[in-house]
Order: sequence, then structure tokens, then C-alpha cells
Amino acid sequence: MGSVYRARDLHFPNVVKLVAVKEMVNMAPDPLIRQTIVQNFEREANLLATLSHPSIPRIYDYFTEDDRSYLVLEFIHGKDLEAIIGDANGFLPEDQVLGWAIELCDVLAFLHGHKPDPIIFRDMKPSNVMVNHNGDVILVDFGIAKTFQTGIKGTMIGTEGYSPPEQYRGEATPLADIYSLGATLHHALTRRDPRLEPPFSFAERPIRRINQNVSPELEAVVNTALQYNPSDRFPGAVEMKEALMSVARKTGALTKITAALPAQSNTIKPLWVFKCEDEIRSTPTLYKDTLLVGCYDNNLYALTAADGQFQWKYATDGGIVSRPAVYEGNVFFGSEDQRMHVVSLRSGKVVWTYYTEGKIRSSPRIAEGHAFIGSDDHNLHAVNLNTGRASWKFEAAEAIRSTPYVANELVYAGSESGDFYAVDFRGEPKWRFQAKRANTSSPIALGQAVYFASLDSTLYALDAKNGWPLWRFRLGKGTISSPTLADDFIFIGAADGFIYCIDIRTSKEVWRYRTENQVSSSPVVYKDSLYCGSVDGSVYCLEYRSGRLRWKFESKGPITGSPLVFDDIVYIGSLDHNVYALLA
Amino acid sequence: MSEFFRKLFGKSNSTSNTEPTPMIDSATTAPLTDHQIQSIIQNQNPRYEMQQLISGSGQSVGKQRDHNEDSLLAITTTIASNAGNIPFGLYIVADGMGGHQFGEVASNAAIRIMAGHVLRAFHSYLFNLPTQPMQESLQEIMETAIKDAHRFVQREAPGSGTTVTAALVLGQQVTMAHVGDSRAYSIHPDGRIIPITRDHSLVKRLEELGHLSAEEAATFPHRNVLIRALGQGEVLEADIFTVAFPQPGYLMLCSDGLWGVVAEQDIYRAVIEAPTLYRACQNLVEAANMAGGPDNISVVLIQLIG
Repeated sequence: MGSVYRARDLHFPNVVKLVAVKEMVNMAPDPLIRQTIVQNFEREANLLATLSHPSIPRIYDYFTEDDRSYLVLEFIHGKDLEAIIGDANGFLPEDQVLGWAIELCDVLAFLHGHKPDPIIFRDMKPSNVMVNHNGDVILVDFGIAKTFQTGIKGTMIGTEGYSPPEQYRGEATPLADIYSLGATLHHALTRRDPRLEPPFSFAERPIRRINQNVSPELEAVVNTALQYNPSDRFPGAVEMKEALMSVARKTGALTKITAALPAQSNTIKPLWVFKCEDEIRSTPTLYKDTLLVGCYDNNLYALTAADGQFQWKYATDGGIVSRPAVYEGNVFFGSEDQRMHVVSLRSGKVVWTYYTEGKIRSSPRIAEGHAFIGSDDHNLHAVNLNTGRASWKFEAAEAIRSTPYVANELVYAGSESGDFYAVDFRGEPKWRFQAKRANTSSPIALGQAVYFASLDSTLYALDAKNGWPLWRFRLGKGTISSPTLADDFIFIGAADGFIYCIDIRTSKEVWRYRTENQVSSSPVVYKDSLYCGSVDGSVYCLEYRSGRLRWKFESKGPITGSPLVFDDIVYIGSLDHNVYALLA
Repeated sequence: MSEFFRKLFGKSNSTSNTEPTPMIDSATTAPLTDHQIQSIIQNQNPRYEMQQLISGSGQSVGKQRDHNEDSLLAITTTIASNAGNIPFGLYIVADGMGGHQFGEVASNAAIRIMAGHVLRAFHSYLFNLPTQPMQESLQEIMETAIKDAHRFVQREAPGSGTTVTAALVLGQQVTMAHVGDSRAYSIHPDGRIIPITRDHSLVKRLEELGHLSAEEAATFPHRNVLIRALGQGEVLEADIFTVAFPQPGYLMLCSDGLWGVVAEQDIYRAVIEAPTLYRACQNLVEAANMAGGPDNISVVLIQLIG
């Protein structure tokens, strides 16, 4: 729209007095509009000439010649903030940015306090902030140039950068300058140019996520200035300056800071605790008022859900990681003694057993008159519930430790070889997918897609009908945690210690939450919370849409099994041998 | 209820007694809606007909421009595979930016580069004997394709830009890559016409943030301002997502020369009432021109039948 020249003032022939001459081109075709533009320019130049403030350049003269208008201003030795941000090797020090911010508030307060009418700067951005050789800031390029811009037609690209949303309703208030100052500080602290980002998206780029050196107090001040709603910002530059001053003093006495919720830890008391004789690595099942859980002491325990009273236990010859399933009064589960046991729920006595040729770590899935279960003998077994015999076996390349999922008239199961199978109800493979490492994570299907994770550090979404990969999401490490779904989100834990929330349409991460150790447990969603255990020994309760911690409960051993939540009670087993019942 | 339909429509691979009972029975019963009953009937019907894609397209310069800056691509076929014949389609609408030079160069190049990348990824599945399942995911293929096109336009037609709305159909899934303000709609026979893309425009952004009402947005002076376009900006952030193909129904891609001019309900009627997809596309183009034809018009209609 125009150029700035460095010029010498020849009124002072004996000294070198440098001035800046800003040239603006009047491009309006209509002579009447041209005239109005020139008048506006001269009026504003007159106004600015009366202002005297250390952060505003002096105006010496102005003139118009043909289609060009010129403004003669004080020449500033220094560099603009955009160049400073761009040239810096890393982040600018917080103290330096804070100092500039306070000076900018000063000059804004001066402009906004102008009588009779406040002056709105309108164009606060790093390139309009000069830092002179003393390190002080000077505002350059008052909104004058804007009067020279004419409308542009046709589809075009526009970036909003530093302007507040309300300016599109034609509102120019002091609060717009507050927003733009916030945007300028955000850019200076994060080095993320808002002109390259979607408009008004500062909230999606929290400062401290990008630059951890910034104090939470300063972040809060910038966030307040950047509120969408003008009335949620600081009411004026004076108030913003005060907030910045108290950041500077680190008194922390800031108004309008929404501090993170203080997370509760171990204020949670279990409703009851039941102690087994060895580690609990598996996930409990609830049927009516009976809680069923397998243990590494080889027993399956039946407890009263309400108070944790022991009902019965059933001994196998191996550890139990399989999660029990209940069907028609019987409990089905696998054991490392290579058998699937079927036990009467009422009496705890054996009904029948089914032998495989390997340890069973998979859990039974009951559907279509069959129990589908994997075994370390490489087979996926379809066991007829009426006869207790295999209707068919499907041989995989390696052990099947995942729990099969039945949907779309197919049985889905992952294998330790990295293969993932879809098998039809006759035991014939329909399609196969190959991950790079073992698939211990159990699949889940919804609509047209089937989801599972692998030790190759990937969460997969495959077309349930034909196995084409729809998307892949990279986890920090491999996982044996199984995904769960709620709304449009999929949740999973991983060995990098994070619990992830991913959008199932876009495969973009929504949030992640860091625990202190591997997450092998599978998350569970109940009401608006997500529950998940971690090898760090805790059960976490997170708000599932935001990933914010609600509470956590520390057991005395790692937790690898998954929680079960029903009727506002969380049931979970720990490697400390205990089963806990917690209030959700 | 489902037992009843099962008997009625004769698909009895499950004898009584084998229905699994839910472990926690908290279900309450409510009468099924017509929509639910329809879908149950549909699920129970044995599908003998092979699923296949059909498509139609239409384009016009419009009434007020002297040249066309839109580009369009529609490829419809099936992939023969062990898991059966899988419908395959690739559809792209791109609207080159009028404020820039080379608007049509950008939209043209975007389509060719994207389609080239996608078809190369599928080459061995379409025209050869693949030796192993595809490793790259559909979303990754689309993402790489649109980023390649972005870099190409930046390099070969600097300063220009284009919208891109691309749909890769495989089986019953649609994987979209989208940037700008061209749109994809799902059109359902029950009268719903739902945009499945989100415009990357200033007006949409202000509307989403609650700074403009729907009425204010309709008369907003900067309606043509995009906040993202292919070829513009250092990094391209395209929307990549996967949705189920609208079935029964239609998938429609179009430039703002159609959706900005013809009301959604009129679009719906033109599609439903036409005897063929080609006629539907012609009617849509005509409707936009009747309404003044202020901009280039491009439309693709796709249907999955069987």
C-alpha cells in the first residue's frame, strides 16, 4: 500500500537530522472518494501531531501531491518486533517481553484516555512495534494507511492475524486494541505467527504448551486479553498493565485467572477392598450383584458387588488373565492351564471345560451360540455352547491373546505375529491385515470400521468389511491396551505412559494425559468420565472430553487390568493382590 | 421385534436360545421409529445385488464470468479382489481463486497432482496383482496427495490458490480431503441434505465463534474471503476425515457457484426428482444459471447402489 523512506531534513543543513517519510498511494478511481480519503488523512495527521508520548513518534509534517500523500515522522533507530522475533535463535526471554508489554499498555492507556475522543490504534501487531536502541518500544504506523485501501473483489485469501473477531461488525473500541496486544504478545512468546494459523485460534495454541519457560501467570494475562468476548477481556489497558505488573512482581495476585482445578489424590476412600493371594492382572465382570475376577493365585473369585463379601472361588491350574463372560447362569473364562472353564454362577462348581493346546490369555466373546476365544496354540476357537465342542478352529500364524470381537457377521482377532484377521462364521478367513508387531490389543468395531492397536506403536482403523486401512495414528510407544469408543472419540493407553483421545473421523489427537508409567489397562467411559489404570499403581478418572484429571486413586501395586464401572462404582484389581471398589 | 423380522425375512442362522443375553440388563423398550424399522428390514434383506458406484457431473462458466477457473474429476470403477469386488471412486472439485492470476492453473494442477498420487497408490490393486495388503492408510494417501498438490501450486503458480474438495470412495467408506469453501453434501431420500465439509472461510469462522448469526452471515460483505486455500501459506492444513457413504442417498461435491446460489432444499428437489444422475447434474447447473450464475459452477453426484 505504500513505502517508508529514510530521509534527511534539509531545514537543518549543519546537522544530520534523519526523518522517516511514509508514502501512501491513493488508488480510488472516483474523484469524490479520492478527495474524502485525502481529507481523512489530513485530519488524522493533525490529530497525531498533537500527541506527545515517549512511545509515539513525533510527526513533523504532511503533504499531498497528485495521487500520493506523505507523512514526515521521527526516525527511529531500531528494529521492529516482527524482525526481532524472526531473528531470535530461540524464545525471547519472558522478562523482556513483559517489559515491552507494560510499555505498550502505557501507550495504549494514553491513547484510549485521549480527550474528547479516545484514539483506537486499530493495528497493533509486531511489525508496528519498534524497539529503539534503548530497548524501549515505539508504536508506528497509526491506522492512517487503512483509509487508502480500496475493496477487493472475488474469492481471496485473508488472514486475520492480530485483529479481534468483533471488528467485522465494524466495532473499534479500546478492547480491540487489548485483543491485538494479546495476539502480539502471544506471537512474541510462542514464535507462532497468527497470520499462518486459522483466525481467532489462539486458545488452540496454549502458550506454555509451546514455550514452557513462560510463567503460568503471564500466560493467564495473555489469555484474558485474547478472550473472544470483549467483556471477558481486561476492561482497559490500565487494568492489563496492573496484571502485568503483578506478574512482574510474581505476587500471583492476579484477577481473572482460572487456575486449573486442584486435582484430588487419595482423598478417595475405597468402598471396600478384597484381598486375593496373588496379583490381579485381569479385568472384572459384573453380573447382577456378583463381581467375578480372575487372579494369578489360579482362582476365579465371586464377590458380592455391594460389599465385597466372598461368595465362592474356583481353582484352576494356572494364572487367570482372561476376563470372565457370563451367559445363561454360567461363567466362561480361560486360564493359563490351557483350558476354558465353564462354571455355574450360583454354586461355583464346574459345568464343563474345553481344552486347547496352549495357555489362554484371551477372553471369551459369546455370540451366535458360540464362545469365541484365542489361545497360545495359535488357534481361534469357536466353541459351541450347547455341545461344549469346537465348531471350528481357525489357525493363525502365532498365539492369539487378544479378545475376539464379533460384528458384521465376522469375528475379528489380532495375533502375536502382527496379523489381524476377519473370519466368517464358518471359520473361513475373509480378510487379513498385517501390522509390524504383535496385536495383543483387543479390537472393537463400530459402524463400518474396526479399531485396534499394536506393539508397533500404531492405532489402526480398518474398513470392517474388507480390511483396507482407513487411518493410522502414531502412539509414542507400542501398546497392549484395547481401545474404547464414546461419541466421536476413541481412547487408548500406551507404554509411553499416555492415555490418548483421538477423533475417529479425522484421526487427530484431541488430548493426551500423562501417567507416571506404562498404560496397559484399557480405558472405560462411564457418564462423562474416563477411567483407566496405569502401571504407576493409580486408577485415573479424567473428564473424557478434555482429558482433565478429576481424581486418582493410588493402589500399592501396578495396575494392568481394566476398570469396570457400573452404578457409579468403579471395580478394579491391582498387582497388590487387591480388588478395590471406588465411588465413580 | 428383531426376532419377528428375522422370521419374516427368513435369515435363520441363529436358532432360538442362542441369542446372547446382555450381562447388565438395563434396557427399556420403546416403539421403533419408521427409520429404525426400515433399517432393520434392510439389514435382514439378503443382498444379492453387487454393490456398485455410479456418478454424474456437470460444469458451467456461469453467466457473469468470461472464463472457467473450476476444475473437476470423476473416476468410477471397482477393484476386483479376493474379498469381492469393491467399489472404487475418486471425485475432486477445485475452485481456483479469482483474485489471483492463474486461478485455473491452480485448480487444474491440484486435480491432476492429487489424482495422479492416489491412482499411483492404487495402481497395483487396480491394474496389477498386489503382493500384500496396502500399508499406507487411505487418510495418509489423501493427505500426501493434497500436500503434493499444495507444493506444486506454490512452486509452479506462485500467488495463486484453489479450493479442493476430494472424495475417495472405497467400499462403503468415503475418505475426504478438503480445503477452502467448495463443499461435500450427503443427500438422503428422507429430505435431509447435510454438508459434511466445513468451509474454511472468514464468514464461517465468525459464525462458529458466535460473532455472526446465520442471517448476518448471509449478507456478510466478506463472504468470499477464504482463510485456507491450497497453494496459500507455508503449511497446508487440510481437513482429512472418513465417513460412511450415505446409503440410501447421494454424495454430492460442488463449488460455491452452486451452493452459494441455489438453496439447499432446491438442490435436494433437483436431485431427487431427476431420472438419472446426469440429468440431476444438468438441472443443478441450470438452476444456478437461472439464479444469475454469478460464478463458475461445478457439481458431481455419486450414488452407491445394491
